[in-house]
Amino acid sequence: MNAALDLRDVTCIFPPATPAGEPYTAVRNASLKLQDGEFVALVGPTGCGKSTLLNVAAGLLPVSSGQAFVFGQSITGINREATYMFQADALLPWLKARDNVALGLQLRGVGQAESIERAHSWLQRVGLTGHADKYPHQLSGGMKKRVSLAQILVLEPKILLMDEPFSALDIQTRQLMENELLEIWSANRKSVIFVTHDLEEAISLSDRVVVLSAGPETAPIAEFVVDLPRPRDVTEIMHTSQYSKLHKDIWSSLKAEVLKSYRRRTESGVAEA
Amino acid sequence: MSSQSIMKVWMTRVLILALIFLGWYLASEHSKVTKFFVGSPVGVLTVIYNWLVSGEIYAHLFITLIETLLAFALGTAFALVTGLWLALSRFWSAVFDPFIKAINTMPRLILAPIFSVWFGLGIWSKVALGVTIVFFIVFFNVYQGVREVSPVLLANVRMLGANQAQLIRRVYIPSAMSWVFSSLHLSVGMAFVGAVIGEYMGSSAGVGYLILQAELTFDMDTVLAGILVLTVFALLLDLVVSLVEVHLLAWRPSNS
Repeated sequence: MNAALDLRDVTCIFPPATPAGEPYTAVRNASLKLQDGEFVALVGPTGCGKSTLLNVAAGLLPVSSGQAFVFGQSITGINREATYMFQADALLPWLKARDNVALGLQLRGVGQAESIERAHSWLQRVGLTGHADKYPHQLSGGMKKRVSLAQILVLEPKILLMDEPFSALDIQTRQLMENELLEIWSANRKSVIFVTHDLEEAISLSDRVVVLSAGPETAPIAEFVVDLPRPRDVTEIMHTSQYSKLHKDIWSSLKAEVLKSYRRRTESGVAEA
Repeated sequence: MSSQSIMKVWMTRVLILALIFLGWYLASEHSKVTKFFVGSPVGVLTVIYNWLVSGEIYAHLFITLIETLLAFALGTAFALVTGLWLALSRFWSAVFDPFIKAINTMPRLILAPIFSVWFGLGIWSKVALGVTIVFFIVFFNVYQGVREVSPVLLANVRMLGANQAQLIRRVYIPSAMSWVFSSLHLSVGMAFVGAVIGEYMGSSAGVGYLILQAELTFDMDTVLAGILVLTVFALLLDLVVSLVEVHLLAWRPSNS
């Protein structure tokens, strides 16, 4: 059985921004495997190249060296098995919620009536039944995230790539969204790569936490199996002793990288985001 | 504002208008010389009244309106295609950059006599003049609209399954159109200016033509009446644009 995603010795080098600049190696010799139906969280310090790895998996970014496979097939161009939920707002502002959700289906050749019907049923599943006719600017931050979630799930992808999707939300909304994501995921297990810099979020959601080193030249340095029982409730799970132990173990490996990254950023004079 | 202060604003406006007309009236009654230079409000209103009653003005207004709409439509269509093309092709936008700068800097009203020679005294020379003005307003907006599409939005729509043609139709054109719509007042207004100036430079019909004819006989009342009609017409056109705009830009936050 082929892994859902298989990144082998992937290196990504970006050309310099100015002719006089140095090329930037975001990721070096990174290997990562995602089994079918597995929920993997990638954690690492800010700016460590987590999104770069995700973009490689999405087929948005070609590798400089190494190989990337999806279900055994080499990734060339957009990865059609995967959908991507971005950190920033990526809804089309001129489309109503319903049309935003239906867009992917329409791009893939599904007819107008059927795509709208399926969009409605997904909007209902993410709790936005009465908001189908609203434009994104009329929705709150949490509601926009729900539309984004419906927008990618309506395509029934085998792989979900999620780049800090809930980081802009307040903590209550975020935990609600996390629980909903878990519920939807457990109903029909997709393979998920969930990028976050929040260790709590990583542990409460995933089957496996992969720790990335501080950038540049990021690569996975450790991984931890999260064997907490499912179904989980993210607001309660953090009170268990099993959770505390995992948190302690993972943090001890992550801490050094966070400090390294912090030192590098303060030394190079980059302002805190 | 409270309804009371809105009332106050309106009353003050009416008062100012009344004072202007009163001053104008007094000046025109002062002597034959002043009447020759500034016309008279009574004379101007009489001309307008006669135009409306005889129906003479409608045909001219219709011509001016047609020229405006054609200049707007053709200029916008042409600019949309060119803007999309140049914004999506780094090579050709680099090639054409100095040409576009040069033509945009050129005072284009001066092209009116050339267009009269090329397209005759009918509506097409006016449309051509309007097009050259509208084109650049819309072109720069389309160009900006395409270039300003957020990379995240593009990546998202590509991941949802869009090919290049679908990206253009689903992302680039709507984004460009939102910029075009937000400059609708300016481009429609400029199409109108192009039409009227074109008529004034040589024509056989249109409100600009009426003004030109009156000016040749030093008929100041008719000149001013023409200007007044044009102003009211421009205001109405602007009102229509505002109504259309509300409909087209419904997806935008209203505070912008």
